[in-house]
Amino acid sequence: MTRHIRHAAAFCVLLLVALLVNTAWLQVLQGPSYGGNPANRRPTIARYQQPRGEILVGGRPVTGSRDTGEQLRYERTYTDGPLYAPVTGFASQLYGTTFLEHTEDGVLAGTDPLLAGFPLWQDLTRARPSGGNVVTTLDPAAQRAAFDGLGPRKGAVAAIEPTTGRILALVSTPSYDPSELSGNGPAVAAAWERLSRDPEQPMLNRAVRQTYPPGSTFKVVTAAAALDAGVVTDLDERTDSPDPYRLPGTTTRLLNEADHCENASLRHAFEWSCNTVFAKLGVDVGVDRMRAAAEGLGFNDEGLRIPFLVSPSTFDTHVDRAQLALSSIGQYNTRATPLQMAMVAAAVAGGGQVRAPYLVERTARRSGGTVSTAGSRPVRQVMRPTTAARLRELMTGVVTDGTGRNAAIPGATVGGKTGTAQHGLGNSGIPYAWCISWARAEGDMEARVAVAVVVEDASARRGDISGGGTAAPIAKAVMETVLRSPTAG
Amino acid sequence: MTKAGTTVAAADPPVPAVRLPRRRGVELALIVLAVLLPVYGYCAVGLARYGTVPPGAAGYGAGLAALALLAHLVVRLRAPYADPLLLPIGVLLNGLGLVLIYRLDLETPGDEAAPAQLVWSTLGVALFILVVLVLRDHRWLQRYAYVCVVAALALLTLPICFPAVNGARIWIRFGSLSIQPGEFAKVLLAVFFAAYLAANRSALAHSGRLMWRLQLPTGRVLGPVVAVWLLSVGVLVLERDLGTSLLFFGLFVVMLYVATGRTGWIAVGLLLAVAGAVTVGRLEPHVHGRIGEWLHPFASIEAGQGPGQVAQSLFSFAAGGVTGTGLGHGHSILVGFAVKSDFILATAGEELGLAGLAAVFLLYALLVERGYRAGLALRDPFGRLLAVGLASLVALQVFVIAGGVTGLIPLTGLAMPFLAQGGSSVVTNWAIVALLIRVSHVARRQYDGRVAP
Repeated sequence: MTRHIRHAAAFCVLLLVALLVNTAWLQVLQGPSYGGNPANRRPTIARYQQPRGEILVGGRPVTGSRDTGEQLRYERTYTDGPLYAPVTGFASQLYGTTFLEHTEDGVLAGTDPLLAGFPLWQDLTRARPSGGNVVTTLDPAAQRAAFDGLGPRKGAVAAIEPTTGRILALVSTPSYDPSELSGNGPAVAAAWERLSRDPEQPMLNRAVRQTYPPGSTFKVVTAAAALDAGVVTDLDERTDSPDPYRLPGTTTRLLNEADHCENASLRHAFEWSCNTVFAKLGVDVGVDRMRAAAEGLGFNDEGLRIPFLVSPSTFDTHVDRAQLALSSIGQYNTRATPLQMAMVAAAVAGGGQVRAPYLVERTARRSGGTVSTAGSRPVRQVMRPTTAARLRELMTGVVTDGTGRNAAIPGATVGGKTGTAQHGLGNSGIPYAWCISWARAEGDMEARVAVAVVVEDASARRGDISGGGTAAPIAKAVMETVLRSPTAG
Repeated sequence: MTKAGTTVAAADPPVPAVRLPRRRGVELALIVLAVLLPVYGYCAVGLARYGTVPPGAAGYGAGLAALALLAHLVVRLRAPYADPLLLPIGVLLNGLGLVLIYRLDLETPGDEAAPAQLVWSTLGVALFILVVLVLRDHRWLQRYAYVCVVAALALLTLPICFPAVNGARIWIRFGSLSIQPGEFAKVLLAVFFAAYLAANRSALAHSGRLMWRLQLPTGRVLGPVVAVWLLSVGVLVLERDLGTSLLFFGLFVVMLYVATGRTGWIAVGLLLAVAGAVTVGRLEPHVHGRIGEWLHPFASIEAGQGPGQVAQSLFSFAAGGVTGTGLGHGHSILVGFAVKSDFILATAGEELGLAGLAAVFLLYALLVERGYRAGLALRDPFGRLLAVGLASLVALQVFVIAGGVTGLIPLTGLAMPFLAQGGSSVVTNWAIVALLIRVSHVARRQYDGRVAP
């Protein structure tokens, strides 16, 4: 019997070995692949197990975290949610993340490898690094000024610092409170349903994700192309432009809102926004050089990230001469985001140099140590410095004498260009009032701020008066705020 | 009292006495360790969840220590030669089970199982003490073999009269108290098998005819095998309890082999088992589903119905890795239903990791090994078969349920001995340890030169 007991014992050892081998295989070899199974909730639970890092504006967090004690424990909160929604986006347990919450998720959630401590120690303790902070370039006062300036109207504001590309304000109205989307209760689903069905599209980030016909503000680009190409050499020389202007190859006649546009000088045409002059200028410059000017400033760029993706602004290059004429005055297929038009103003203000705009100054550990910084940004010279200087002269004239007088700031040099863009079938849509501008305080070497404002203005009449009347005061308020605030850095 | 043995030996001076160490001090030291480890685990859970030592830690530790020391005292008095490892292993596994259940209770605030489990553990230790005190000699049980089998059959058939719970008719209920009689039945059956096989082993071993190198048993002695096979299939069909049926059958085959040494019995047993399993697997959708879930644990995820229990259990083990998440840091509660009973090992796997799980398996292995060792040391066939049977019972049960939750074999509902929530199981396991203590006491005492054999 003893021999058989030993056999039975050997059988039990076999069972034990089978269990141990299977468990080792399951826990060590298979473990990592099971962790990535979409049905496994552990990664999701771990993600919400600690408070998320903060997004900082002007040194103060505009976000927070609330401990719910539920399985997905910490929920996002926002101070001034609607004000910063186009920048922060939302971080929802149900609907994921958008904008900075999305692009900086690694840092905020603590999963970024740069946040990790000692690798072996971390594997052993399984401690997850606490979420890092994201320091933005925003100027809280400018953001507030833009938001208050737009008020209940539908529109967007983008403001950048021309010398660096830092984004000082990024506003879109109507906005929404992203904290409504935090968490995973039925209230969140209801809020999502309501916000996504709202015809006013509060979750649309109009500053970077909506393109508008830029209208007369695009004449800055056309003027830059004409000056760079040498089509116009003297701002005050009379141009050879009929009024009305018959679009080449068609019988359509282009009219002006302003007077005295026939054969007007570039200065007069710019200050009073003569469509005929700029349409003909665009045709004279030619599609290749127009395209070079527009694309140099950022049009047709599908890869611009600030760090979230900016919708590409478009300048159609497959056009006949009539379409080119319309494109040159910001109509036809020419479309631009407010941020793109702010870049145009910044290029003029900054001596013809374009710096890629950015929103994240640096990311930091919770304890304060820097994880990454925006670093030095590439600079592109997109127009001759003399061209930029002449454009500044023209844009200053718009504010002192022309359609942009509402943007004038005492004690500062301000340049601007207003515009009103018709759209829709038979121009039936609500017109867009535009203003792009820059401002240089007296005594400063360079402009401190470049702004683009677009407002969907039901009361706008045809003509550039509305751009000057509706959008310019908002631009002025933003510029004034930036000029008043102490110099950054 | 402990000196009782030595006074007998002292009356027989001509024999050169070799005094066998009784190792009760070792047992006490191990018990202290076996109490401290769960108390540490209990504190670790509290620290992980609330940042403080749970208020009940001292009481819990004192309760466990009191039970363990009481059991130790009884062993010291009545079974002084018993194996010193058995009791500490029981205490440690029971304590660990309480910690895991307490830890899972924190996730289910409305449904606390740890207090009831503590009460059942107390009852289990009480039964342990009773068995060690009353049962002077295990051979006494041999006389009641047929009482045992009748009682076992009665206990097994009883739940058929009660409503099914979660698809299985294995519980009987008195108000809020529910008992799983199959758990008690398995010890009684082990006693019966040991007695029956000890009495009939020559007849079973030396008759039959040779057929292609296998010596097949004759029809006359095949009767009991068929009876047991029918019993286990009956349990399976009537109570939908695949695990218990598998356990009974495995136990009988192992004991039959140990008693007769005939490989023919194993062949017959395996054939019958396969035939029974295939037939029932075809007929019973319940069993069929379990096999499907074993073969394709993630099929329900791919079908868009979310993870099944086996998939969740596999996720738990996988999340544990080598070192585990630490007590209180895992999410094995996602397994859902039966997480404190059948799937308790998933919590151990996730929070203690492969290291902890291997330690738990080795504790069981040690328990089984001590049982086998006692079986080898004994001289009477009944005692040998009883020790081997009880040890095999633990080994098979651990394999069936641990293999089920880790995806090694199809999942069958069985309680992890000592760890899982379930009063009947804890009480039964303490009875098994008590019987092993008694058997090992006799086994080792006979080698003590100062005690009359």
